[in-house]
Amino acid sequence: MAGLANAFGSGAMTNSIRDITQADVFFIIGSNTTEAHPVIGYRIRKAIREGASLIVADPRRIDLAEHADEFLQLRPGTNEALLNGIVHVVINEGLYDQDFIRERTEGFDELAEAMQKYTPEYVAEITNVSAEAIRKAARLYAGAKNAAILYTMGVTQHTSGTNTVLAIANLAMATGNIGKPSSGVNPLRGQNNVQGACDMGGLPPVFTGYQPVSDPTSRKKFEEAWGVSLNPEPGLTVTEMMDGALDGRVKMLYVMGENPALTDANLHHVQEAMDKVEFLVVQDIFLTETAAMADVVLPAAAFAEKTGTFVNTERRVQLINQAVAPPGEAKADWQILQDLAQKLGFNWQYGSTEDIFNEIATLTPSYGGISYERLEREGSLQWPCPTPGHPGTPILHGEKFTRGKGLFNPVEYTPPAELTDEDYPLSLTTGRNLYHYHSGSMTHRSKEIEELRPEELAQVNTEDAARMGICDGDLVKLSSRRGAVETRVEVSDIVPPGVVFMTFHYKEAAVNLLTNDKLDPFAKIPELKVCAVKLEKVAS
Amino acid sequence: MYDKQILICAGTGCISSGALDVKGSLEKELEKHNLQDKVRIILSGCHGFCEKGPIFIVYPEDIFYCGVTAEDMPELVEEYLVKGNIVDRLLYKDPITGESVTSHENIPFYRQQKRLVLRNCGVIDPENIDEYIIRDGYSGLKKSLQMDPKEIIDTVKNSGLRGLGGAGFPTGRKWETAYKIESDKKYVVCNADEGDPGAFMDRSVLEGDPHSVLEGLMIAGKAIGSDEAYVYVRAEYPLAVRRLRKAIAQAEEYGLLGENILNSGFNFKVNVKEGAGAFVCGESTALVISIEGKRGMPKPLPRPRTTEAGLWDKPTLLNNVKTLSVIPQIINNGADWFAGIGTEKCKGTAVFALTGKTNCSGLIEVPMGIKLGKIIHEIGGGIPGGKKFKAVQTGGPSGGCLPESKLDLAVDFDTLLQAGSMMGSGGMVVLDETTCMVDVARYFLNFTVEESCGQCTPCRSGTLQMLEILNDICEGNGREGDVELLLELGKSIIDSSICGLGKSAPNPVLSTIDYFRDEYEAHIKDKTCPALVCKNLIIYDIDQEACTGCGRCRKNCPAGAIAGDKKEPHVIDQEKCTKCAICYDLCPDRFSAVKCLTGEKITAMAKGGGN
Amino acid sequence: MATVNINGIDVKAREGMTVLDVAQSAGIYIPTLCYHPDLSTFGGCRVCMVEADGSAVTACRAPIKDGMVVRTDTERVNQMRRVNVELIMTNHDQDCQTCAKNNNCKLQEVCAFEGITPERMSRLRRVITNKEQDTSNPAFKRDFAKCITCGICVRTCEEINGVAAIDFAFRGYKTTISTIGNKPILESKCESCGECVERCPTGALVVKNQVVPEREVRTICSYCGVGCGLVLGVRGNRVVGVRGDRQNPVNQGHLCVKGRYGFGFINHPDRLKAPLVKKNGTLTETSWDEALTLISGKIKEFTDKHGPNSLAGLTSARCTNEDNYLFQKLFRFLGTNNIDHCARL
Repeated sequence: MAGLANAFGSGAMTNSIRDITQADVFFIIGSNTTEAHPVIGYRIRKAIREGASLIVADPRRIDLAEHADEFLQLRPGTNEALLNGIVHVVINEGLYDQDFIRERTEGFDELAEAMQKYTPEYVAEITNVSAEAIRKAARLYAGAKNAAILYTMGVTQHTSGTNTVLAIANLAMATGNIGKPSSGVNPLRGQNNVQGACDMGGLPPVFTGYQPVSDPTSRKKFEEAWGVSLNPEPGLTVTEMMDGALDGRVKMLYVMGENPALTDANLHHVQEAMDKVEFLVVQDIFLTETAAMADVVLPAAAFAEKTGTFVNTERRVQLINQAVAPPGEAKADWQILQDLAQKLGFNWQYGSTEDIFNEIATLTPSYGGISYERLEREGSLQWPCPTPGHPGTPILHGEKFTRGKGLFNPVEYTPPAELTDEDYPLSLTTGRNLYHYHSGSMTHRSKEIEELRPEELAQVNTEDAARMGICDGDLVKLSSRRGAVETRVEVSDIVPPGVVFMTFHYKEAAVNLLTNDKLDPFAKIPELKVCAVKLEKVAS
Repeated sequence: MYDKQILICAGTGCISSGALDVKGSLEKELEKHNLQDKVRIILSGCHGFCEKGPIFIVYPEDIFYCGVTAEDMPELVEEYLVKGNIVDRLLYKDPITGESVTSHENIPFYRQQKRLVLRNCGVIDPENIDEYIIRDGYSGLKKSLQMDPKEIIDTVKNSGLRGLGGAGFPTGRKWETAYKIESDKKYVVCNADEGDPGAFMDRSVLEGDPHSVLEGLMIAGKAIGSDEAYVYVRAEYPLAVRRLRKAIAQAEEYGLLGENILNSGFNFKVNVKEGAGAFVCGESTALVISIEGKRGMPKPLPRPRTTEAGLWDKPTLLNNVKTLSVIPQIINNGADWFAGIGTEKCKGTAVFALTGKTNCSGLIEVPMGIKLGKIIHEIGGGIPGGKKFKAVQTGGPSGGCLPESKLDLAVDFDTLLQAGSMMGSGGMVVLDETTCMVDVARYFLNFTVEESCGQCTPCRSGTLQMLEILNDICEGNGREGDVELLLELGKSIIDSSICGLGKSAPNPVLSTIDYFRDEYEAHIKDKTCPALVCKNLIIYDIDQEACTGCGRCRKNCPAGAIAGDKKEPHVIDQEKCTKCAICYDLCPDRFSAVKCLTGEKITAMAKGGGN
Repeated sequence: MATVNINGIDVKAREGMTVLDVAQSAGIYIPTLCYHPDLSTFGGCRVCMVEADGSAVTACRAPIKDGMVVRTDTERVNQMRRVNVELIMTNHDQDCQTCAKNNNCKLQEVCAFEGITPERMSRLRRVITNKEQDTSNPAFKRDFAKCITCGICVRTCEEINGVAAIDFAFRGYKTTISTIGNKPILESKCESCGECVERCPTGALVVKNQVVPEREVRTICSYCGVGCGLVLGVRGNRVVGVRGDRQNPVNQGHLCVKGRYGFGFINHPDRLKAPLVKKNGTLTETSWDEALTLISGKIKEFTDKHGPNSLAGLTSARCTNEDNYLFQKLFRFLGTNNIDHCARL
């Protein structure tokens, strides 16, 4: 999100699902859409069947690759180079949108100059995608009336993630594919309310609606509303918290509805931090791997047991309704938090989630016009929705970018933090499968889903498998510099030679024991998508 | 220079009865007598008289030998080619007079025919383009290249030609529609998906005269403004596919196919698409879908006509093999020439595959309007074995059965339809008195049941339901009301099916009910099969008075169901009897002791164990 | 605008509508089986036959024309419809009482409308052409004895989901719906989204272990970020089923395998039911008061001793806005901005 904020002034999906699916050309990079966002996947496959074109860039031959006009099977960790190569072709073949560049953007000349060295031939060497395919993809994307870019963690979970997002923004702006229907730069958010958690200030440097804690005006507004004085210094990010726990700065960690002991990079490090921290509170619906390490565990209500709002990937605020009562003494998270606040002596008296939402709307300009009453009447609203009469905003940056003019940010290719070598000759990349969700605390406990995909099957290329004498279903040991796991394998040409793929859904084969926690310096996202590993067959 | 030419029929029928061995043996014999330079052997396409194959004709005298074998060659060469004596035993014998016929034109089978579609079949070497050209081949194309498309279409319209694939839609009108639609691409498709059991006219034309079809395609292409054609032919016709491909290669080599044909600026390409033998793919929309590589299922109405949006949604002119092959002659000889043949509403000829209980069978071509009786009794030479004619089934599995009272019918598209049958693909099966009409209906229905594409309810489930009822009736389990039920189902299937297959599938049942309802009633009410065919309704019994105990039946009974001491009357154990009829057939005529009996009481009595 | 006369009554219609569209808009029922409003038309079942300007057409496919005269109740129409429904019934397992689709079955509805009687059915021969069942998928079952080959599942898989895991196979009465190579559905490329199960008009595709809900509640899916609308089926205090919310603009009723079948966790016995406190190294059940007192005590202790930045909180991308808002408010109240969550995963 940091990258988009830099280029456009606001980091979120620029367009809506419904309007993207009307695009003439889709460029999908680092997103296994049909497995990670299946219903959007349905829409894309439908659009392709009805005549739209598709470019897919991914190290794996994912389902969408089968539907693609151009499939760019790049080496893991080379997104930036590929995008720069495409921008190079757009510039050098004159495929850019001159009017848009002149009226809406700044910094194009600098971009043009910086991109000169990224010739398709040079990029081909880095990415292993042929120069011809790069040219074709560039022409296809730039030649479209409306082209939409979709991406997810395949782009961001790299040390170069932010730079790659900037490269994407460069491409979209250079071709004028932004600020209009069926186009844009669209990061598909991975979790039901990740957008909401960010909007609500669940980030160290900002209050709700991305109002910086360091900004005196914003701070003053919140201080007045809350009746307390507030800390102006941005706080620690997840990884910094773990480091803080290890070095003793952080004494207490309160985890609500997350399972970092399975989902974060370099698990040994995380688990060590959890062990080390003096006091760990976990609030969840199950005794997760993280909860098991806690000093206090608080039972929370699941989504079907509470009311409130979720914000989906397209900034759409939607109401959730209580269907059943929580089990035993479990309570909704907000109630637990209010109870704790009262215990701490704060006079919090929210009677309902609606009371809380009304406070959010008062303090958050982009939510200013949203209310439960409107949501019940209108179904849902997409922020920004500043006033009660505002219809919501399906497409961002329509007339001008949030930051005024769109800024081209030339970025240089940097290789992944950890490259393969003699000891660790394979690249490991991680992701999701269709059936399970994150650490699987929910899906592994849903019988049908668990039966559909009961265990991890690491994907190993046919050639690699043949060389190592590995067959479908064999048990292997996969190790990196940080740890090792045992898993069964699926021998498959979905992954190219030299690449292994695993999901992070199974605690029995916790892939994050292997992943690299090296961060993207801007977004602080760990490089979960590429690290070096070795593979050995386990004698049965 | 050759003194003589010998045509050996190399149609699929004659090849399977040994035509190629005949050729091999003949070559050897000719060499033996040093005649190889004097006698030219030509392998021709089908002569139509497949029943008497292999056919062997010697020109210039036009001596027609039939049923020849490789073993006959030494004698034939020695006696006829060397000494000049006609080998009488290999000549055709008139079934009625028993006299030998030397020239094929004097054989009744050929005498009543009018061969336009089959003009070259059996006459030329289909693998030699020059032989086609000598017989005016490609002159129709040449002429049409100088004609205005409108002129070509008018010629076809005025000729009165109607689609010979069965439906009889006016060809000229179809061409005109295809011509008038504007499009950047148009296709001509030749429908050679001949699927009816016993029909082989399309195959014979493709095997015997493939260039006529190519020429027809090109004239059609020139007329409607198309530059590409597909021939959709079943993969089960390997010889036809091979000869067609060879013809295409030859035509291309001669500059008669390809770019800028005969310097006219006209380009044309012909593709061959082999179908997988689904009967339903003969239906126009299913055929088009199948060429596109998808599951061949007819498109339900409403939908654009194939002529408007066919192959890859482009205007597509679809004509049958026979229709196309006659086109060059119409262009050459003019509309009036063709319109002079046939009846007022149906011009030209009809091609039938005459089979069943006739003395002569094979492929025939007759002028439209010929009497049905004439085909059966003159061309077919009547019913063999002194049996009585019962019915003729025309139009393939979806056609109908016509009784003796309809033999005066002048055969054309419309009259057959009015009588409850149809021209269809041109199957014509003659049935005699030993045929059970319920069983016949069941036989034909069984075919459509298996070949239904399964898409629509009436055709998928309705035909199966009718078949189940017919099975019950034939097995003696027919119920009161079944005939009415069959009529109700048949009507509804015809009314609500998607395509022509379903809409015609009930015809064999409905027409046999129409003309032979008493046979149905006999099966249902009296549990009898008047024609003594339905096994459950008949028994074989040995007449104790007539049986002399010769033991022939006992020794040959495969079920061991016959017992009896030598010279004593034998008996059949009904429990063991499988009704194979071997005893019935073997019992010497002078005794005729084995009887076939039907009727509820008789079968019940037999099953009761008493003899 | 066009006017169509249906059974003597003039009905306003738009060009491009089918006879079925117009009839439905006028509140006139026409029985259908292979028709589904979400999908392209097929025209195979032949039970929506009507007479339009005198010819028999399928209402689902026939486009209207201005001035068209439609009759839905003539002898001919009734005959075709009734025979076709009866024919379907001859090849349909009729054990309705024990069928999961009982009372929710399109075929029952059409039979009732057409007045299929035992007398008429008894004239026909029963021919169940395929008695197989495919129970390979843990979530749903395929029962071929109840399949009417309407092809709705085939079109759903291709047009809604875009997977095309199934198609028609074989000919005539052997026609069936098959995966590639006629393998069990679990071994096909089926994504188990259940869209076909949702649309199957009969009991040929049914959810295994179906429990009929007593009430329904609309909400939003809690898995990925697409935010599909769900309708939860509830019986007592259990969530017993999920269907897609057709009113939701995001998914318009469509769901994936997780959204539709991944609800078992809600009523799972593993759910935490009371606060737990670690005593002598083991987590033991305790009261809310004790747990919260302990936490608030620790918070005060750390803030007093080490300052508020010794506290850190991970809020959740899985919880509501309201939960998240209060979480960050609480930490900022305490004087620290050490709040983050797994947005980066």
